[in-house]
Amino acid sequence: MSTLAEKILGAAAGEYVDRKVDRAYVHDGTGVLTLEAWKGMGAPGLCDPSRLSVIFDHIVPANTGLTATLQHELREFAVSSFMNFSDIGSGICHQCMSEGIVLPGEVVVGADSHSCTLGAFGAFATGVGATDMAAIWMTGETWFRVPATIGIHLNGDLSGAAEAKDCALAYVNRLGMDGATYQALEFIGEGAGHCSMDERLVLCNLAVETGAKAGMFYADHVTAEYLRRYGAAVAEQVPERCDYVQEITVDLGDVVPLVALPPRVDTVKPVHDIAGLPIDQVFVGTCTNGRFSDLARFARIVRGNRVAVRTIVVPASRAVLAEAIRTGVLADIVEAGCVIGTPGCGPCLGAHAGVLGIGEVCLSTANRNFRNRMGVGAEIYLASVATAGASALEGEITEPGGV
Amino acid sequence: MRGKGRAVCLGADIDTDLVIAGRYLRTKDRSVWAAHVFEDLDPALARRLAGAVIVAGKNFGCGSSREQAAIALKEAGVIAVAAPVFARIFFRNAINIGLPLIEADLSCMDSAPVAFDLEAGWVETGGRRRPVRPLSPRMLAILRAGGLVEYWREQR
Repeated sequence: MSTLAEKILGAAAGEYVDRKVDRAYVHDGTGVLTLEAWKGMGAPGLCDPSRLSVIFDHIVPANTGLTATLQHELREFAVSSFMNFSDIGSGICHQCMSEGIVLPGEVVVGADSHSCTLGAFGAFATGVGATDMAAIWMTGETWFRVPATIGIHLNGDLSGAAEAKDCALAYVNRLGMDGATYQALEFIGEGAGHCSMDERLVLCNLAVETGAKAGMFYADHVTAEYLRRYGAAVAEQVPERCDYVQEITVDLGDVVPLVALPPRVDTVKPVHDIAGLPIDQVFVGTCTNGRFSDLARFARIVRGNRVAVRTIVVPASRAVLAEAIRTGVLADIVEAGCVIGTPGCGPCLGAHAGVLGIGEVCLSTANRNFRNRMGVGAEIYLASVATAGASALEGEITEPGGV
Repeated sequence: MRGKGRAVCLGADIDTDLVIAGRYLRTKDRSVWAAHVFEDLDPALARRLAGAVIVAGKNFGCGSSREQAAIALKEAGVIAVAAPVFARIFFRNAINIGLPLIEADLSCMDSAPVAFDLEAGWVETGGRRRPVRPLSPRMLAILRAGGLVEYWREQR
């Protein structure tokens, strides 16, 4: 009997396997080095460009002439090689791949650590670096050591203002930053079945913050319904009785709004314990919390009010932005005094569009709060969308009320 | 795959943002990464890396998949990195660019000699020889070639 990772990779935990990669993608950050490495390998061509995507999300639009020149070269290559190319404004690579591209059972590799997000579909999705990706461009394959799996049982339902993000911070806290290194996480139990696709994407997104290779949900009727909107008909995956290397249980009803303190994602406290801490900026977005459901939730909190600190909202994709415009969510956010960024990663990686100054504090819905990440001498607190909304209105870290 | 160098001791959970910050990534000029390596951890570190074997705590290289982190270390003259366990993307990246990794739990004294032989499977420092967790045959082959680019060039 197999874990989902063993089933998809077709071998038992600990074995080394070579596997065809069904979908592979890079962004403007990792793609430049991938192209360099691929050229160095002397490959005659790309194995199958229809399975390869290049998605510009990290510094969009380009911030300097040098960035623009590097992007230009990669853009020309992607287009002339018939790869799937998504230019600036399309959205974050993981989000674009989640909009009807990645399907259950696939092997998905992204040149970005948060590629584990796509395990939400019952795919085996993991991140690699540029040179590994270059070899995938050339051969269509890569090697894996089949991971052992940690089972995370989700019981019950979230309540009050708690979100999937709070549950994610809770399990990162339990496992620690290296608690799942070389392993996969499987989210199981009746509570997992109750999670929406957006919630599953959040929970899988933070898997890498425990060192995990993948975070995975079994595809079920929720997955099938979501993908049907994109015209894909998929079969459900049935969990087998299997051996987990470790099992933990999260009672969703007990999860309260949490915050990860700088500079570690696994140092987590209830928002209640640090309420009142002054902040300089709120950032809502990223591959963790930039989806339409996040923006709609944020809008419900700030509608009709004014934010008390500068607040940057970056939709995760063009589709998210379009839906936010169509539904009036965007108007609510703008009228509350927030700034809207180009769909993409925004300031999360600390390169542009909202980096902070020395001594400043940001409350962010992202997934990393490492030292100096969003600006030298600045601190990042990670929290949910509801906590971001409540805190933006007060100008200090604030426990969200009923949403 | 053997080598030796002088130990530079680092703590646990050093993330790749600390190895090379996001603000320096947008270039193809590798000397930029070497010049700014560990800048946010300790700006004085870069000068000590030529001929160094970094001896770090657990989970070295966690976080971002940026391969520039491994490249920066190699360009700065690092001979190898030792840690009890590495973050997995950094692990693959380092091997892929030809930077030897020593998976072993070592007590570290700054500037002490560190010698290793990954094919034979040992590392020696402070007068003690310890076994290292073995690399897979393919990873050793990639390291012997000098990296995955060179490995594939040889295969062709």
